[in-house]
Amino acid sequence: MEYVFQFGIVWRDIDTLLLGAWLTARLSAISMVLGLVVGVAGALARASRFRTLRAITRGYVEAIRNTPFLVQVLFVYLGLPSLGIRLTPGQAALLAMVVNLGAYATEIVRAGIKAVPAGQIEAGKALGLSPWHILRLVIFLPALRAVFPALGSQFILVMLASSVVSVISAEELTAVADTLVARNFRSFEVYLVVAAFYLAMSLGFQAAFAAIHRAFFSRWAMADTR
Amino acid sequence: MIREFTFDEFWFLVLAVRWTILLSAIAFIGGGAAGLVIAILRISPRKPLARMIAGYIRVLQGTPLLIQLYLVYFGASLFHIRSDAWTAAALGLILYASAFLGEIWRGCIQAVPREQWEAANALGLGYLSQLRFVILPQALRIALPPTVGFLVQLLKGTSLASIIGFTELTRAAQIVNNATFRPFSVYATVVVLYFALCWPLSVLSERLERRLEHVEAPTAALVI
Repeated sequence: MEYVFQFGIVWRDIDTLLLGAWLTARLSAISMVLGLVVGVAGALARASRFRTLRAITRGYVEAIRNTPFLVQVLFVYLGLPSLGIRLTPGQAALLAMVVNLGAYATEIVRAGIKAVPAGQIEAGKALGLSPWHILRLVIFLPALRAVFPALGSQFILVMLASSVVSVISAEELTAVADTLVARNFRSFEVYLVVAAFYLAMSLGFQAAFAAIHRAFFSRWAMADTR
Repeated sequence: MIREFTFDEFWFLVLAVRWTILLSAIAFIGGGAAGLVIAILRISPRKPLARMIAGYIRVLQGTPLLIQLYLVYFGASLFHIRSDAWTAAALGLILYASAFLGEIWRGCIQAVPREQWEAANALGLGYLSQLRFVILPQALRIALPPTVGFLVQLLKGTSLASIIGFTELTRAAQIVNNATFRPFSVYATVVVLYFALCWPLSVLSERLERRLEHVEAPTAALVI
């Protein structure tokens, strides 16, 4: 192998790459929060009494899960202006990520709600809890706890998928790397460092989710074993 | 001159579907073969080897597919492999598929009850015969739904090959869009085409899963 690696040239721009990583982490974190809100709303809609609402949500979930994220991004950024909806690259990226994650989160949260035993809801009613309390304490919290690991995986997948929004020049790590490569032509070295950054962020988010899981759900886990 | 989005342009998109299918098939077959080896090595009693394979899976599942494709595309020439979009897309997607399928199948192999290994051992079968005749046939049944499910992921993943310049459905859409400047019609068509490819597979995967409902199937494909 005659190729001479030049990581020094990447090191010089490490600040720029770190900023890119921060932008990716921020974009992903916002998408995760909003995507979870969409997912919970979607799961409620899927369990609703109204047929039309159920059908629309099902259509949304299936449409998103069976088309590539890249095409969704391009559709939002290039296609929507035809309908008069003009978005900046950053807005389009965020919208596409939230809509995408929302569909997966809907299915995950729904699975969690389905797994709540009917007897548990009846027990809540027997205790005289209000419908709101039953929904919140008897259905949602146990459901979220059950599906939290699956949600965490999906969150990380969305963080990784966010590299795709570089095609519309939304500001994040891969787009930052693209500009660096255009300047120093050290594509292999730059993307290798970028890959390491993404790996570190995956592990970081995973550790954060594990901590959240312990902090919020361990109380109930104890209650289970009693 | 700007062209209209007519039947010819529509047909150009439909024909591009074959490259998406071909690329998915190559990635699935290559990734499947490598994935089987990975799944078996991952549960191998040789700890250092199993750990190395676990690291391989972790890296491929913890980095974006797009960056993997870039690294293969720009890195291929370092290893004197021809660096064109075809080779890079196929090789990158094979690596990606091998990690995910390997991890899915490992879970399925480990879902086969331990007693089956013990019984096969008692019959005097060697390790490979135990795997080949006793464990894998049973694991295959459990593996079918998540494997079909991953095929959908892979089909969607091939769209990223468009970014390194491989002409499949998404790249064809960009070409047509540049000529016609009808982004809404073009991308709506592409959405419908991808949906037509993926949805039947998703439905199949769900059906297969429901048939196996009494079996404890591993769900999480992502280790990290």
